[in-house]
Amino acid sequence: MASANKVGARNRPLSPHLQIWRWGPAMLVSILHRVTGGALSVAGLAILLWWLGALVSGPAAYETFAGVMGAWYGQIVLVGLTWAFFQHTCTGIRHFVLDIGAGYELDANARWSVLTIVISIILTAAFWAFILVR
Amino acid sequence: MGNGTSIGRVRGLGSAHSGSSNWLQERLTGIASLIVSAYLLVSIMLLPSLNYLSVKAWISAPLPATAMILFVIVNFWHARSGLLVVIEDYVHEHGNKFASIAALNMVAFAGAAFGVLSIVRLALGA
Repeated sequence: MASANKVGARNRPLSPHLQIWRWGPAMLVSILHRVTGGALSVAGLAILLWWLGALVSGPAAYETFAGVMGAWYGQIVLVGLTWAFFQHTCTGIRHFVLDIGAGYELDANARWSVLTIVISIILTAAFWAFILVR
Repeated sequence: MGNGTSIGRVRGLGSAHSGSSNWLQERLTGIASLIVSAYLLVSIMLLPSLNYLSVKAWISAPLPATAMILFVIVNFWHARSGLLVVIEDYVHEHGNKFASIAALNMVAFAGAAFGVLSIVRLALGA
């Protein structure tokens, strides 16, 4: 890790990074929170603007948008973003609880970390089941 | 002579008094996003169809248009707050960090402006 130092910087001890720690639920959902937040910020907001722009541009532009989003690859992206939204929302609410100083007991922390993943998958499945069968 | 450690360089300077600003904005826009995002998801579920006419009729009405303008503003703000922290965590070289934050701000404001303009045009009958 010392080679990661800038030229000229002294070889100070670095704090341990990902590869040092044993993986646990809290570490996993913390990373998931950042990854899903990044995906929603970039891909989610880009698709939102495309959707709004296509609506303003007229029926032909909307057809193009709907065609891409209705294709298998568009559906994969939309399902992925829906899951990212629910996962980010669940871990976001978890962070609100941690912010007020609750939920740091080891077993409760691990249990709620796992539950954010379970709940986000259930909500994603429920949302798409509703959309596809209505 | 070295420049000392990061902590050594700032020790004694006192608080900047704005350190928690972005942290707080991230939480407040997070709560707001929860509301407007729930509104959008439920609206999508309740719309009779997701075709052009159906979606355009929906977003042109006053309440959905207002909610979607807030959706755009709140979520671009929240994305900006979050990505700002990511840049501060991973981009350490000063020039790159400045350029990244400048680019983030421009993209966030431009995206929000385009989104709001689109909804206003629809609401006013584009």
